[in-house]
Amino acid sequence: MTDAATDGLAAAPGKKKRSSLLELDARTKRRNAAEARFKAYGIIAITAGLCFLVGLVWAILSNGLPAFQQAVVKLDYTMTQEQFDEAEAAVLKTAVYTDQFVAYFSDRVREQGIEAEFDADTIERLLGKVGGTIRAFYRENPDHIGQPVAFELSAASRVDRYLKGTFDRGDVSGEGNRFFVPSDFDLVDTLQEAGFIAQVFNWNFITGVDSGVDNAGGAGIGASVLGSFLMMIVVLLLALPIGVAASIYLEEFAPKNWFTDFIEVNISNLAAVPSIVFGILGLAVFIQFAGMPQSAPLVGGLVLTLMTLPTIIISTRASLKSVPPSIRDAALGVGASKMQAVFHHVLPLAAPGILTGTIIGLAQALGETAPLLLIGMVGFIARYPDSFLGGFEGPNSAMPAQIYNWASRSDVVFTEKAWGGIIILLIFLVSMNLIAILLRRRFERRW
Amino acid sequence: MSTNEIKISAKDVQVYYGETHAIKDVSVDIEDKTVTAFIGPSGCGKSTFLRCINRMNDTIDVARVEGEIKLDDEDIYDKDVDPVQLRAKVGMVFQKPNPFPKSIYDNVAYGPKIHGLAKNKAELDQIVENALKRAALWDEAKDRLQAPGTGLSGGQQQRLCIARAVATEPEVLLMDEPCSALDPIATAQVEELIDELKQNYSVVIVTHSMQQAARVSQKTAFFHLGNLVEYGETGQIFTNPNDKRTESYITGRIG
Ligand SMILES: Nc1ncnc2c1ncn2[C@@H]1O[C@H](COP(=O)(O)OP(=O)(O)OP(=O)(O)O)[C@@H](O)[C@H]1O
Ligand SMILES: [Mg+2]
Repeated sequence: MTDAATDGLAAAPGKKKRSSLLELDARTKRRNAAEARFKAYGIIAITAGLCFLVGLVWAILSNGLPAFQQAVVKLDYTMTQEQFDEAEAAVLKTAVYTDQFVAYFSDRVREQGIEAEFDADTIERLLGKVGGTIRAFYRENPDHIGQPVAFELSAASRVDRYLKGTFDRGDVSGEGNRFFVPSDFDLVDTLQEAGFIAQVFNWNFITGVDSGVDNAGGAGIGASVLGSFLMMIVVLLLALPIGVAASIYLEEFAPKNWFTDFIEVNISNLAAVPSIVFGILGLAVFIQFAGMPQSAPLVGGLVLTLMTLPTIIISTRASLKSVPPSIRDAALGVGASKMQAVFHHVLPLAAPGILTGTIIGLAQALGETAPLLLIGMVGFIARYPDSFLGGFEGPNSAMPAQIYNWASRSDVVFTEKAWGGIIILLIFLVSMNLIAILLRRRFERRW
Repeated sequence: MSTNEIKISAKDVQVYYGETHAIKDVSVDIEDKTVTAFIGPSGCGKSTFLRCINRMNDTIDVARVEGEIKLDDEDIYDKDVDPVQLRAKVGMVFQKPNPFPKSIYDNVAYGPKIHGLAKNKAELDQIVENALKRAALWDEAKDRLQAPGTGLSGGQQQRLCIARAVATEPEVLLMDEPCSALDPIATAQVEELIDELKQNYSVVIVTHSMQQAARVSQKTAFFHLGNLVEYGETGQIFTNPNDKRTESYITGRIG
């Protein structure tokens, strides 16, 4: 075919010009360009998202990890019976304990041949008021009197922060103050070298309870972890069966009419109701009307159940819907009742979706703070409940409420604790999501 | 020629899907110990009518059935009839294979289990084996009874569904295109099964294969646009149809 002939054909209506596959025509080029642009937008979006994530994780880790470390004063201390009696007989008992310990500590330090200049006040500045801790220990373990005991006492918060690098010489002006004087830095360095002061992993942060401003370093998140855990038990025990039963009824049995439509719309609406509304509802209904105790994980669990139910119902209904109708037909076709069809065939297929929905609902509930504020679960909780069951109705806090509480205190040590608490909270959330993924995999892999 | 009792008797059956009138005025008497074939062009309502007989249309919200269908002289649409009990008597093989996502064994054993047909495991094993043999699946499945039923090929799944339906020993077996995905060998085996089932049961089979209808059935019903155009002896329908539409369809002019 000559060029002239080709041109003639192209001009003819309805006839297409013969084109080479090796050359892209204008249309294909435009489409490819659009596709390339779209991919670029996607990559930009993902990169931006990742940057935010990295920034967030970095902020949380750098601020929160120090909470898991603690400066301690280590000493093998022996208290004699006479010292004990003398201290117990005094008016200011803990002061005597402190004096005794400080004197003993100074002797040990001098024995090590450390020449630094210091007096009892200096030691007290570095140690904080240790008397209370020591007294409590010996009153509980009187048989240790007269024997050497390896004490690890938390150091004063400024020492702690100095070792963590958040407090240094620049922060103490001129002569210093009653909390810290410039020469203390050298003493801390020396004592650390000699092994009297060290940084250790802060187990107390994980297992301990909240503490007051005089002992900021001793505050732990343990009690509120328990509070959260008890609430999650309540939520799981109530929301899962109620939610699954309601969804099965609505999805499989309920007639489709205006009333069930109305319920359906309202469930979707409930899922979008701000959590603080549930909080005030809980306050009005459970505490003021039903007379349940304030600040109790039981009430918190009930409120969070209300909040979690719509999530569970919506995800359960979605997973029931996704089971192919042919499976129901098959079961009904061999003479199974509707309930048998649902429980033998539909529910097992929907289980992974239900589990995922439930765990995501639980994770949401775990991180919820606003409703807890309203029912009083933000109090100062300085001890564990006496018994497991008692824990449900005794006052407690929850992880996010405790974090909020710490973040609103002025001492920077508490701010650090708040960040550390966030790490613990995130560990819980991530492991719950992990469990959701694992369960999903496990159930889905069967076929 | 036919001396069999009437098993199913339908009178003036109407089926509506919402506004769509899918089955119009269908009256038909289906005999016991007989194979009845439903033929007709796609969308003419064969499946719909079949699903009336075991009340599977109850599960479709928009479907509405009027008229009267009697099984052994009892109205199956009577308000005292529990469709669950009905479906144990009237088994069904669906147009699309729909095995449970469970093992081959569990697929077949499910019906007998919920109806309490087996007293112990050995009996259940026997029922499963027989059902699979009748559905011509035993040789392929006997070494993998615990393998998932959904992992079988399309034709094997169809035979699994047949095995599942016969395992409950229904009195009537409704088969909606049971051989649509089968090769000639498996088709022959299923036809053999239908022949054997005929000794005791009433079998209704929907098929698009004229040859198959001619081979296995004694009675044939021709549906067209929701109407039952012609119903009679298979031989007569295929050799000497009364209605012009029947003739056009079986000779391949409408479809
Ligand atoms: N669930 C349904 N909802 C609404 N309309 C339906 C439904 N099922 C079937 N129909 C309609 O009813 C008519 C008959 O359908 P049916 O499935 O009985 O046809 P069929 O004869 O079995 O066709 P095929 O040979 O293709 O299987 C069709 O027009 C179809 O669109
Ligand atoms: Mg059909």
